[in-house]
Amino acid sequence: MIATLRRTMLFAPGNNPALIKDPQIYGPDSIIFDLEDSVSPAEKDAARLLVFCAMKSLDYGRIEKAVRVNGMDTPWIRDDVEAMVRAGADLIRLPKAECARDLVALEAMVEAAEVACGRPVGEVRLMAALEGPLAVLNAYEIATSTRRLVGIALSAEDFVTSMKTSRSADGVELFEARGRIVLAARAAGVMAIDTVFTDLSDEEGLLREARLIKQMGFDGKSVINPAQIPIVNGVFEPTADEVRKARRVVAAAAEAEARGVGVISLDGKMIDKPIVERAARVLDLARASGAKVGEEER
Amino acid sequence: MSRTSIGRDIPDSAGDLGKLSPFAGAWARAEGVSAPRKLLSAGRPTKVLSGIDEAVRRSGLESGMTVSFHHHFREGDFVVNLVLDAIARAGIRDLTLAPSSLTSVHAPLVAHCRSGVIRRICTSGLRGKLADEISRGLLEEAVLIHSHGGRARALREGSISVDVAFLGAPACDAYGNACGSSGKSACGSLGYARVDARYAKSVIVLTDCIADYPALPASIGQELVDWVVPMDAVGDPKGIGIGATRISRDPRELLIARKALAAIDATGAIRDGFSFQTGTGGASLAVIRYLRELMLARGIKATFCLGGITSQVARMLEEGLVGTILDVQSFDADAARSMAVNPRHIEIDAVTYADPGCPGAAVNMLDFVVLSALEVDMDFNVNVITGSDGVIRGASGGHSDTAAGAALSVVVAPLVRARTATLVDRVETIVTPGESVDILVTDRGTAVNPRRPDVSAALKAAGVEVRDIGELRELARSITGDADPVEYGKRVVALVEYRDGTIIDAIREVK
Repeated sequence: MIATLRRTMLFAPGNNPALIKDPQIYGPDSIIFDLEDSVSPAEKDAARLLVFCAMKSLDYGRIEKAVRVNGMDTPWIRDDVEAMVRAGADLIRLPKAECARDLVALEAMVEAAEVACGRPVGEVRLMAALEGPLAVLNAYEIATSTRRLVGIALSAEDFVTSMKTSRSADGVELFEARGRIVLAARAAGVMAIDTVFTDLSDEEGLLREARLIKQMGFDGKSVINPAQIPIVNGVFEPTADEVRKARRVVAAAAEAEARGVGVISLDGKMIDKPIVERAARVLDLARASGAKVGEEER
Repeated sequence: MSRTSIGRDIPDSAGDLGKLSPFAGAWARAEGVSAPRKLLSAGRPTKVLSGIDEAVRRSGLESGMTVSFHHHFREGDFVVNLVLDAIARAGIRDLTLAPSSLTSVHAPLVAHCRSGVIRRICTSGLRGKLADEISRGLLEEAVLIHSHGGRARALREGSISVDVAFLGAPACDAYGNACGSSGKSACGSLGYARVDARYAKSVIVLTDCIADYPALPASIGQELVDWVVPMDAVGDPKGIGIGATRISRDPRELLIARKALAAIDATGAIRDGFSFQTGTGGASLAVIRYLRELMLARGIKATFCLGGITSQVARMLEEGLVGTILDVQSFDADAARSMAVNPRHIEIDAVTYADPGCPGAAVNMLDFVVLSALEVDMDFNVNVITGSDGVIRGASGGHSDTAAGAALSVVVAPLVRARTATLVDRVETIVTPGESVDILVTDRGTAVNPRRPDVSAALKAAGVEVRDIGELRELARSITGDADPVEYGKRVVALVEYRDGTIIDAIREVK
């Protein structure tokens, strides 16, 4: 299932059966089975096999199955891609993407795997994680590298190390990277996903960061613990007032279209197309949060 | 006519009063520690004895009698083992041991069962080595498992008749006023022990803190206590409960707690002036966290919270979110402290808590209760006493009492624990009958007892997804497969008594 919303992408370590057996119960928009950093080199084969079997035999429902494979410069990438495409992954997330060439090379591997196992070519989507300064500078090039690419994500831990700094509560060290990534994503028409928040005991800090990145325009955030999901999803949940306004906007647009009128107006004010788009997105988010929006406005 | 000791003549009888007894001297009929006048320097009367051995001797305990204890010191208890050792030294045998519950620290009782000091046990729970051995046939006679309310009923009715109650107390004065919420081993409420004190023939309080007289208000009053025994320590504070009970960080338990609260809220039970109880298992305790957040957001208050009390509820009392705490058992040091300082944190005994035969059990006033489970079956029957291997490893506690009393009873459990299904075709042992369970909340979905179509309709109307219990069972089966049945022997090692005194199930020995 390809996600239309990615408020939360939950990492599940590929070598941990307890954590990969049912992460869907926590309601993330995507599960990212991790074959990379949470798996030691000695366990790469075992984790790949475990995730393969999990995806083949367990029902993850309507939640997007993503896999973080090992990087393009590792000896595991080919086997990872081959196995995960065969297992039915919806999305491959490439760590340490540096430039468009990495994604083009990955796409070729994915396509070969699709052909080999009989999946429709183009079915598997890609996402790139930007982890270094060069990657951030190449954000737009990466975001437009292939039509399979649906989003770019910030990975902050490696990034701040490269930047000779460390992570702070207000995230000032990430402002430039976040700004460039969300700008590139919007220019390319793909999603922008923010980095993980690692202090599991600091719910207030997670809430602050989630509010910040939502305001910056990000579509969502990678999360490392299921307990973070309701907090982040909650930030993306529209208020009742926002939903009410959005419903009126969408209804007005539908009415104008039905009457064949080009100009949409509400309460005596003209409504532009972007406002209608934004209202539709508010309703999408409200539906994802379990709100009853009513289908008549769509 | 007869003459008093002071020389007055009084009639031998008078109308309805019948035969009259002439006065024979101010202390002629004095018993126990009441004594003739003496110098002030001789001190006030005291019930304090030299130690446990003297207490056993003076209690009048004989072979074949019944002794009782409480479990307010939980895994930190020293009293039961030390008293049983003294009883064994005195050569007393064939006892019925009738504590409110037993924990894994009571493993040394295995030796007393083997040697014949203990012949029979009545308890709410059994854990650890003693439970393992009993499941394998340690005792000839079946253990009687009762609920907290059922035990209170049995003591009140006399179907359990306690000859001597040995009751540990964190503080007690020399005249027998015992208090649970002060002293170095403070455990808070002595709610279960208060019933023993009221109904036992002889009551001995053991304490590691002799307080100044009068140590009032007391959990157990001087009028009920025969002797006081000083000890070095009644328990290990680490096992009694230090500081605050932590709310789980396990995302699965938090998820179940959120789902449970959503289901309860859908029924309309969370409104201004409601009442509640939650168990102390991970998910049921976590419900309190989300309940508190919801109450703050809505600006509503609960009139009372009942039960085993934790720091979370004590905090809500301080914040004004809960009007009154009715506390039969305090689970941590914060709760014990709260009882000592907050007049609206009220100690109640087990009769008031849950006795099904008394006209005023507090469980009947509950709007909802959230309870844990080891196993639940397709008829919503709940097992909290035996593991999936058939071995005793839990306690009946207040489970069936609160499930029966509350307007809404909610059971929370993960659908699968490790490789074992929690939702099964047939629970190994029934403690709480399914007819008193309304909602089962698991990490994989929520099911409503078909006996409660009103609850089911309310949940659906509120947009809470309700799944058929059979569908959840199939999901569990698809994950774990079918477990091999436990191999039991013929012998019954324990009987599970329902709160009303009927026997709801029998536990057989495991091979």
